[in-house]
Amino acid sequence: MLIVDIILGGLILGGMYALVAMGLTLQYGVARIMNLAYGEVLIAAAFASYLLFTAFALSPLVGMILVLPAGFAASWLIYRVLLVPLVRRAKTRDALEVDSILATFGLLFVVQGIAFVLFGGQYYSYSYLSVPITIAGSTIAVNRLIAFGFAVALSLILYAFLMRTRTGTAIRAVAVDPTAASLVAIDVRKVAGLAFALGGAMCAAGGVLVSMFLTFNAAMGVVFTMKALIVVIMGGVGNLLGALVAGLLLGLVETVVARLVDPGLTLVATFTLFLTVLLVRPTGLFGRTGR
Amino acid sequence: MTGYVTRRHAVALLAAASCLVAGAAAQAQNSIKIGYAISKTGPNTGGASITTLPNYQLWVKEVNAAGGIMLSGKRVPVEIVEYDDRSNSEEAVKAVERLATQDKVDFILSPWGTGLNLAVAPIMNRLGYPHLAVTTNTDRAPELAKRWPNASFWLGLPSDISTSFVDVLTKMKNEGKIGANVAMIGVSDQFGIELSTAARNALKKAGFNLVYDKSYPVGTQDVQPLLKDAMAANPDTFIAFSYPPDTLGVTDTAKVLNFNPKVFFVGVGTAFPVYKQRFGENANGVMGIGGWNADSPALKDYFKRHTEAIGREPDRWASPITYASLQALQQAIEKVGKIDREAVIKELQTGTFDTVIGKVKLEGGLLQNVWGVGQWQNGEFYGVAPAAKEGARQVIAPKPAWKP
Repeated sequence: MLIVDIILGGLILGGMYALVAMGLTLQYGVARIMNLAYGEVLIAAAFASYLLFTAFALSPLVGMILVLPAGFAASWLIYRVLLVPLVRRAKTRDALEVDSILATFGLLFVVQGIAFVLFGGQYYSYSYLSVPITIAGSTIAVNRLIAFGFAVALSLILYAFLMRTRTGTAIRAVAVDPTAASLVAIDVRKVAGLAFALGGAMCAAGGVLVSMFLTFNAAMGVVFTMKALIVVIMGGVGNLLGALVAGLLLGLVETVVARLVDPGLTLVATFTLFLTVLLVRPTGLFGRTGR
Repeated sequence: MTGYVTRRHAVALLAAASCLVAGAAAQAQNSIKIGYAISKTGPNTGGASITTLPNYQLWVKEVNAAGGIMLSGKRVPVEIVEYDDRSNSEEAVKAVERLATQDKVDFILSPWGTGLNLAVAPIMNRLGYPHLAVTTNTDRAPELAKRWPNASFWLGLPSDISTSFVDVLTKMKNEGKIGANVAMIGVSDQFGIELSTAARNALKKAGFNLVYDKSYPVGTQDVQPLLKDAMAANPDTFIAFSYPPDTLGVTDTAKVLNFNPKVFFVGVGTAFPVYKQRFGENANGVMGIGGWNADSPALKDYFKRHTEAIGREPDRWASPITYASLQALQQAIEKVGKIDREAVIKELQTGTFDTVIGKVKLEGGLLQNVWGVGQWQNGEFYGVAPAAKEGARQVIAPKPAWKP
């Protein structure tokens, strides 16, 4: 069944894109940190998961119980140590954005360098749940299906957290207007730090899940940063559901083009879609204007 | 008379002076400075860290353990200057310039990959350094070797890989082991296009039937759409001219889809140790670019030394060739007996060298007759084509079906 194949394959690929992008949309949308080292953190989580799996025979899904909090803690620390001085110094949000790009660009090389020293530059890959499952006559790999499931589940949980809880509301308030947020007694810096750390945890989740089926090495972080950036901007900065929809859309378009037109044109299709969205809605699919 | 005396004095003076200069030079040559720029960050890191850097490290370690390179009767240790070219051709060119003009190194080793080697080739030529462009795989190599006589190319031509593979397929077809249907995918950059084009022409000439023939962009993370269509075309032979991450991805996806063509061929990365580690028994029967004569005692010994010194196995394509190129360089320097780059270039062009891959002699700046295709057989990646090469194994066909 070609149609089932395309829809299922596209959703699963798109789920991976969304998963990789959701952490960045939190970090960029709320904490206003354009984290260029995002992909490196993701790769670090992939390495952690590889180590847990090969050395301790710990399933990546169980390993997530360790890697996720570690990603949260490390990101929180990065925010407190590296980024808070920038936040304090920045006169405007735009100035903070530029400063954070420079700072995280440096961080990128630090994290990459550490990974290179520890693991070398060669490729890593392990086999986990790389078994077929047939859904409505279409065969897919279980590990990719799990990653898709996590992408949807995590985004729904986070969405509920942002919409239903007090802390979530504070995070959204900071995203909309940090000055006004501080007027109603929200500790902006603390909330932004929390959002950045949450983004780091999501990023780590992405790293663990993609390591189950993608080959990676110490130098591959930038690939994920770029993909995440496209999804984030297309979905609307800071919007979780936007990232989910944009990711799924990209996956679907790529798969449709690969199956029905020509696999050589998938990149063209991706960027055509990206440009079209930006032309029609410059703030992204779910982005709000006039920040 | 006075004139005669002066002339004699002058000759004596000159002789004395030249002795002094020679003495000073010999004294200065306490070490041979060798520099290289290699990718430690960026997209080339993977290839460089598997094929090139470990062999540089292994070679330097072994040479220095033996006391160094023999320069007119005296062993001189090797000193290393290393830079990261960040997988960027401008950086690589700048690094080579810096190595030559500031660090004043005696020899420069090559970076990893076709792109970077071609980027640094003009400057290596201008500066007069021998350029052992081992990991360069392009059909333009014969022409380039003429343009840059200091450069040499060691991996054969991509078209040779394709045609030697098609020769193997043709033989199998004539023996009735496989049918004529072939599905082919390739990465859409210079490497993939050169290999695919050569294979397409050779396949047509040999009477094969291309039932699926598509390219895909570099960095594609989901090859399932390609494989599903290739599978639907029901080929006897599946060919993927892929890069390492896709090579693993294509194999994994084929396994998940239970896609079992009689011949399964994947590209760069098949020869990497990670392939065996990742697929284990399922690797058996998979064919790919590269291969080596694993039964050769010299290579067995090299394998052991590499694994001990680096902590992991070498790749079974360009690794031993990279090491052999360094042995050739060393032997050329020793034969010349001093740091005379022009003479070393000449020696590399014309000499015969004793290396881990056997006797090596470049022809027209190219190492001819290298392995094009290998096959995993019982945990070892044996060379199978060109079939005339010493140690070539029989192809196992059909490839055993994937085990879950």
